[in-house]
Amino acid sequence: MNTTVMLAWREWTRFFRQRHRVIAALGQPILFWLLFGTGMHQSFRGGGSDFMSYYLPGTIALILMFTAIFATISIIEDRREGFLQGVLVAPVPRWHIAAGKIVGGGAIAWVQAILFLLLALLVGSVPWSNSLPGLLVLMAITALGLTALGVVFAWSMDSTQGFHAVMNLVLMPLWLLSGAFFPIPHLDPSAAMGQVVIHWIMRLNPLSYAVAGMRQMVYPDLKLGPELWQPSLVLCWSVTLVFVVSTMLLAVRAVQRPSKGELK
Amino acid sequence: MQSQTHVNNSLAATPLIVKGVVHRYGEKAALQGVDLVVQPGEIFALLGPNGCGKSTLFRLISTLVSIQQGTIEVFGADCTSDRAQVREHIGVVFQAPSLDGKLTVLENLWCQGVMYGLSGKALRKRSDEVLEQLGMSDRSKQLCQELSGGMKRRVELAKGLLHRPRLLLMDEPSTGLDPAARLDLWRALTQLRDADGVTVLMTTHLLEEADKADRIAIMDQGRVVACGSPTDLRKEQGSEVITISTDAVDDVAQKIESQLALSVNRLSSEVRIVSEGSVSRLSEVVQLALPYASQVTVGRASLEDVFVAKTGRAWE
Repeated sequence: MNTTVMLAWREWTRFFRQRHRVIAALGQPILFWLLFGTGMHQSFRGGGSDFMSYYLPGTIALILMFTAIFATISIIEDRREGFLQGVLVAPVPRWHIAAGKIVGGGAIAWVQAILFLLLALLVGSVPWSNSLPGLLVLMAITALGLTALGVVFAWSMDSTQGFHAVMNLVLMPLWLLSGAFFPIPHLDPSAAMGQVVIHWIMRLNPLSYAVAGMRQMVYPDLKLGPELWQPSLVLCWSVTLVFVVSTMLLAVRAVQRPSKGELK
Repeated sequence: MQSQTHVNNSLAATPLIVKGVVHRYGEKAALQGVDLVVQPGEIFALLGPNGCGKSTLFRLISTLVSIQQGTIEVFGADCTSDRAQVREHIGVVFQAPSLDGKLTVLENLWCQGVMYGLSGKALRKRSDEVLEQLGMSDRSKQLCQELSGGMKRRVELAKGLLHRPRLLLMDEPSTGLDPAARLDLWRALTQLRDADGVTVLMTTHLLEEADKADRIAIMDQGRVVACGSPTDLRKEQGSEVITISTDAVDDVAQKIESQLALSVNRLSSEVRIVSEGSVSRLSEVVQLALPYASQVTVGRASLEDVFVAKTGRAWE
């Protein structure tokens, strides 16, 4: 247990000693939110909401994802810089290493997203409501799940370039197709094949449920139009919890396997 | 029965026993049956050129890589079945740096200590103690990325020693150190051996470094070709060596063998005569070799001579 806490503390300390990481993980999503929010304002049709509001929970998800990704890239750096070797020959079970990364990286992602949420609350983009505590919990769980997913990918890699490829091919699409950026319409009988495929990819994407859950808790009064698909809050919580447990199990399994980088 | 127990106890006290270890990377055999015993309280060096298998053996002993064939025991604990116990006995200093540059010296030690079950006051006290011992107390609050190569190495050593390991493993400890820092490192190692009874196993490709060890094993192509104290190994080669530097190695070697009946070692641009009593025939050798040689020298046998004699190949 101590090892997990120590490794998590180390993630935390390293992160805040590298100012560019703090800025990158928080600045880019905020910039996206302002630019897309303003730019897409006219063209967005999302039932009762305007794009700035619709996109805000998506921005929270993006902050969680970016920060989680940067935190897990540190596994590759740890291996390259040799720190991991020292951990691997210490008398601690390997799952402690995964747990330390997930808790540390998840906590950083969570706090960054809370900072953004606070900002949105202060400028009035988000109303103060009773669902905020629940939102914080959902954000924490999502952060842990995304960090665990990052660990699964990062563990077997020996270069950060490889991780960027995964980020662009898997993680960014995961976010883009989560209803964070554009809503998921119901299928009508005349829908083209492409629409059907995208619709189902989005519905099967676990992140869609985290984003939808956050949206319902950020704006408890928000009514999306009947033409848009939206899961119930119970379903959002359930899927997100299953997602977190599965990615954590995968991460623990991943770190049990020896990887080529260990032989450095 | 009693004698059996006695034997087991004495074996348990042996820091390292390597038996019949074979290791392959795909088709290539990196270790081809290595046997080795390291005694308590000695500084033992695995000497060999790059690619001889010493780093593979190091990884196996440090439990970083699983053993494919053979057994390795550290203080009686098996490296395959009792990995956790082995890890408690050993302190590992890798060739590649293992410090976190974004953390301070003290923070790096704390990370290490927690992984080895230390915490709170005990950890703080022990960290201060080790830094004091290695003369790094005044640097404890500094970020590791700001330290010089020699200082980083000392922090690595401090990390390895923090949990009071009985066997310290070091992979090429002198890499990247200037001569003064090397001397410091050796002073620290001999102090550890003498004062704390720590056994040290290191790999090295530097002959002069191996010369300082209590005992060495010379490795070549995945095998141990010689094992003993540097002095004994040199003695086996005869006390003196005549070295002839020449471009015509084969001609000179053949002449000496056929005309003077002395045995020689052929290197790329040297012929070495290591036969006992060859120095008494120095004038004959010089007369024969001088037309072809740029230089003829007489010296004591070195570990390089031992390597050449055991492998028939030049030290690279």
